[in-house]
Amino acid sequence: MRRLAHHRQTQTMATTNKPNSRADAGGMAFERPIQELEAKLAELEALALRTRLDISSEIEALRKQHKVALEATYKDLSAWETVTVARHSDRPVALDYINMLDDFVELCGDKYFADDKAMVTGLATLAGRRFLLIAHRKGKTTKERLATNFGCAHPEGYRKALRKMLLAQKLRLPIVTLINTPGAYPGIGAEERGQAAAIAENILQMMSIRVPILSIVIGEGGSGGALGIGVADRVLMMEYAYYSVISPEGCAAILWKDGERTPDAAEALKLTSKDLLKLGVIDGVISEPLGGAHRAPQVAMEEVKRTILRELEGLEGLAPDELVRSRRKKFRTSGWIPGRFPTV
Amino acid sequence: MADKQNKDDARIPESSLSETRFSRLRKKKDMPGGLWLKCESCGSMIYRKELEEKGRVCPTCEFHFTLPGRERIAMTIDEGTWSERFSEITALDRLEFKDSSPYLDKVEKARVRTKQNEALICGTGRIEGREVVLAVLDFSFLCGSMGEVVGEKIALAAEIARKHALPLVIFTGSGGARMHEGVLSLMQMAKTCSALAELNDAGGFSICVMTHPTTGGVTASFASVCDITLAEPGALIGFAGPRVIATTLKQELPAGFQRAEFLLEKGQIDRIVKRAEMKQVLARLLDYAGGSKVAPREATKA
Repeated sequence: MRRLAHHRQTQTMATTNKPNSRADAGGMAFERPIQELEAKLAELEALALRTRLDISSEIEALRKQHKVALEATYKDLSAWETVTVARHSDRPVALDYINMLDDFVELCGDKYFADDKAMVTGLATLAGRRFLLIAHRKGKTTKERLATNFGCAHPEGYRKALRKMLLAQKLRLPIVTLINTPGAYPGIGAEERGQAAAIAENILQMMSIRVPILSIVIGEGGSGGALGIGVADRVLMMEYAYYSVISPEGCAAILWKDGERTPDAAEALKLTSKDLLKLGVIDGVISEPLGGAHRAPQVAMEEVKRTILRELEGLEGLAPDELVRSRRKKFRTSGWIPGRFPTV
Repeated sequence: MADKQNKDDARIPESSLSETRFSRLRKKKDMPGGLWLKCESCGSMIYRKELEEKGRVCPTCEFHFTLPGRERIAMTIDEGTWSERFSEITALDRLEFKDSSPYLDKVEKARVRTKQNEALICGTGRIEGREVVLAVLDFSFLCGSMGEVVGEKIALAAEIARKHALPLVIFTGSGGARMHEGVLSLMQMAKTCSALAELNDAGGFSICVMTHPTTGGVTASFASVCDITLAEPGALIGFAGPRVIATTLKQELPAGFQRAEFLLEKGQIDRIVKRAEMKQVLARLLDYAGGSKVAPREATKA
């Protein structure tokens, strides 16, 4: 217990130290005590294996400590801590979910300009259900990250997504989109080819797609880049994902011209799943294993899998006209306070 | 005669601003209270009264200054035909946004300064006798940023257009989504598109005129999906702001990047129309929504 108290103390220090440690590069400073416990635990387990000493009671005690520390930390993550969890490199990404599928036939290209590696699309089968999968692709290694522009799609990515959505509509397959992007790519080529127009077109067209659409924010829900594949009948977020109009970094830079205030910006933006549910902007939250999806990716992915299957089943019986009508209404009245606005 | 001249001009794609002028573009300043002010594009001194008489277009370089919403309406709508709608709706601080000053104080200041409740003004009126729904996103109100009220009023404007089978004309000037309303402002992108989808299904006709500047969530939603996209000369139009792009790429941006002329060249907009010709071009375009058979124009019913 003494050790736990000590750890808690360092944890508090790590997260409240003013101000330079708050927005540190890794951003996971708040997890350091937990990581230390995990290292210690691994050490003990290795020792037990190596020496055949009976230290199972010590291990058990440490496991308990670890669990208590995890629960205490994750019970009340700050908005900025949530953002860092959402960006964690061990968190399952598109490719992990694709590996979980029973079948996946990737379909590439927007058939105008290029194949955007930051957006993966293809026909998917999962536990006896077929659908179209659209997902932002973020790599895990540096090489992959560069190839996918860190999950920032170009206009051709959005146009590719739309093209495949029209295919799904024709084949009467539901659509599942996995959102995980810091935002659409800000670059010269992206602007030349109409980044804004590509996103706008997707948002407009998704209002008329006549098959069910399910969107899940699995990590970062970065602004228009997220919404460009996020106009769905059901919009869900994983517990420690975030969804925001602007990145906390961008917001801090604009409001205070001070990167150190990124955590304040994250707080102010109300970007956590809890906040969004409260604002009436999303339909539900997919709970993550204790300590976040990066700690137990398989468990997290199983939960996402169950959710996809359940939601697709729920949307299955709806007539296309009804789907379109209710999807439009949902976004027409998203986050509304009843009675606030007049009618025509 | 003048009319014919204008028609001929309107057939030629405009590129009234040379690229060198863009690169000399200075930091935008609010118009100071003095008699004279400096053109933010060419730097020449302009007599304020002359600028106002010319619809806030620089007499030297034809730079189109940002136009306050009310002036835009006066310039676009036939006198005595304007009927504003939904002017009473005001913003709420639903996020209780923690900034150096409360969000609603900023809104209040903008309200006092502009004498309007929000950045979007909408209503009905006539353009050279043709009844339309007009929505003007006014950059002078919190940079024309889109929060719940702006999004709602665009949607309502589209709904008026649908209900009364009127064309919808939108002018935009906006820095994008309103940060202080967080994800609620992001959702306005979907809200406006939802209303436009309904308008489209009903066979509605929409024109968007992008003015300086139009960026972010406004460009990435309703502004880009109207049937016709026009732009004023020299208007900055884009998704990401040039500063963001320059910082991300760590390189200088090409001259004229993201300007209306650049977008025209890249095939992103239908036409560039000078402010002085805007009303007349809009009127001509609106006629094409009247079917293939040219009817003698109805006398204006005031």
